[in-house]
Amino acid sequence: MADNSIEVKGLYKIFGPHGDRYVDMVNDGMSKDELNTKHKHVLGLKDININMPSAKIQVIMGLSGSGKSTLIRHINRLIEPTTGEVNFQGQDVCKMSKADLQQFRRHKTAMVFQKFALLPHRTVIDNTLYGIELQGVARGESEERARHWLSRVGLDGFEDHYPNQLSGGMQQRVGLARALTNDADILLMDEAFSALDPLIRMDMQSILLELQEELHKTIVFITHDLDEALRLGDRIAILRDGEVIQQGTGQEIVLKPADAYISDFVKEVNRGRVIKVDTIMGAAASKTTLKIPSGSTLETAAKKMSDSNKKSAQITDDAGASIGEITMISVINAMVTPASH
Amino acid sequence: MSILTEFPEMSRTDLRDFKKGVDESFRGFTREWGESIESFFFPLLKALAWFERLMVATPWPIMLVILGALVYAGSRSIGLVIGTILTMLLIGYLGMWEDTMFTLALISVATLICIVLGIPLGILMSKSDRTQAIITPVLDIMQTIPAFVYLIPILMLLGIGKVPGLIAVCIYAMPPVVRLTNLGIRLVDRDVLEAADAFGASTRQKLWSVQMPLALPNIFAGVNQTIMMALGMVVVAALIGVHGLGQEVLKAVNNQYLALGLMNGLAIVAIAIIFDRTSQKFGKRLQKHSETIHG
Repeated sequence: MADNSIEVKGLYKIFGPHGDRYVDMVNDGMSKDELNTKHKHVLGLKDININMPSAKIQVIMGLSGSGKSTLIRHINRLIEPTTGEVNFQGQDVCKMSKADLQQFRRHKTAMVFQKFALLPHRTVIDNTLYGIELQGVARGESEERARHWLSRVGLDGFEDHYPNQLSGGMQQRVGLARALTNDADILLMDEAFSALDPLIRMDMQSILLELQEELHKTIVFITHDLDEALRLGDRIAILRDGEVIQQGTGQEIVLKPADAYISDFVKEVNRGRVIKVDTIMGAAASKTTLKIPSGSTLETAAKKMSDSNKKSAQITDDAGASIGEITMISVINAMVTPASH
Repeated sequence: MSILTEFPEMSRTDLRDFKKGVDESFRGFTREWGESIESFFFPLLKALAWFERLMVATPWPIMLVILGALVYAGSRSIGLVIGTILTMLLIGYLGMWEDTMFTLALISVATLICIVLGIPLGILMSKSDRTQAIITPVLDIMQTIPAFVYLIPILMLLGIGKVPGLIAVCIYAMPPVVRLTNLGIRLVDRDVLEAADAFGASTRQKLWSVQMPLALPNIFAGVNQTIMMALGMVVVAALIGVHGLGQEVLKAVNNQYLALGLMNGLAIVAIAIIFDRTSQKFGKRLQKHSETIHG
């Protein structure tokens, strides 16, 4: 499979008429406040370096004002960077000509927006085929493709409705179908589910994970919700004040938060759903008969152990061979938030 | 201290020379260019004259059917169609059919010109704040300067006739459609525009797939205003030789014919109401997509 990873390298964004003059000063440690009050420029992003893996979900997490929406808009260059590179398939997006950028946006990326951003004067089907209409795909084919994706997100029969006639959750399904119809390698999701009710949000997350299992797109997902980040993210980068303060897998972030700010975040997390059995297993000691596949979460393991009334279980690899063992006590220990946090 | 009681004005001779200079140079311009400008507008004259003849020559029952069909196409309202036909019958019965046809022809052609020139101008205006800053004061002048003032140079250039009348109407009636096209495009939701950008829309694609359709209700309100203002200029246009209801009103003013003035005046009002209701209903239908909001 082609390498569709995205490499963000040394990316800076300073908002204001002369942003480029202040890159060095910011590098030398000028704070966001000082830049703002003294020089009337706003620090958007500072020295961002993230390797977003191909065909995986990269989550960018941060609170409002952390620069996460600014960051995602650099990947399709809706915002011009001050300095830095965004490399994809051997090309630097930041150096593309206007025409190349347009082609890149049409064919390589698709975006889903927090506020849906559907075209209110177009029906659901016409919204869904908007991206490929811009590409120049003929009407008959585009309609067919749009219908296919509408049905995949569960919107059969709503083709001729207008966006205003749909609920928020359904509107965002249209947004998702519109992005998927583009069949681009990169899917950019800017707080795509944040405006939805919790239950509908869970629903949409499931749809996304389900689709990703067969699509293997490089997804960049922005969120302010750690639970969402942990559920979706193969990798997570946490942003604060325009800087990456930690990146890694969800488990790494929960187990080894880089600073007090992040440990504050992760202490409310349901650790049983994040930590994998592999992390806590020890050498096989007893001859327990219960087998749990490697990569399961602690919650799954705990459920299996209590269901079969066993105090320990073997962890098995894909071939079924035993690679370690966990005990009920170690599982419970790992699921409880350490007092130090 | 005469300086405080007497305004320090320009000397009388200077002022006279200044005015004379302006007048002379414009007269020079007229002598030089008058003919070519007139021939430039000749096709317009032919088009207007042809349209007037067509409207007058069409048998009245056919005209009624056409009017009714147009009103129905715009408003989808049977009530409005019946109202229109009854009004037109009354106008005809009171002997104003031909004048009304002349006026309708003038308004139609003037509105068409305003749309053809005004919408592109409005689009241009929406593109940058600088063009907006240049065009806005021009529109202000067009709307507020007394019509008689710009009649002077138009008369000097083109004399009395249909075309100068048409130009005078267009100058006064065009600003609303320009303004509201500009406003409509500027009011388009930024999120939607960003989405179009993200999917790689070109400037032209953005204009036709997002900005114009979403600005259409506003543009249409502008067209509606333009029609109303064009109707308001009918009497002024009559002053420089345009046929129609306006001329009868002028005749009534000059001779103090109360009934004639009222009848023709009210005929203009009736046309205005028909145009207004039809175009408003049409404008509402353009916004059909935003009617049903999900509760």
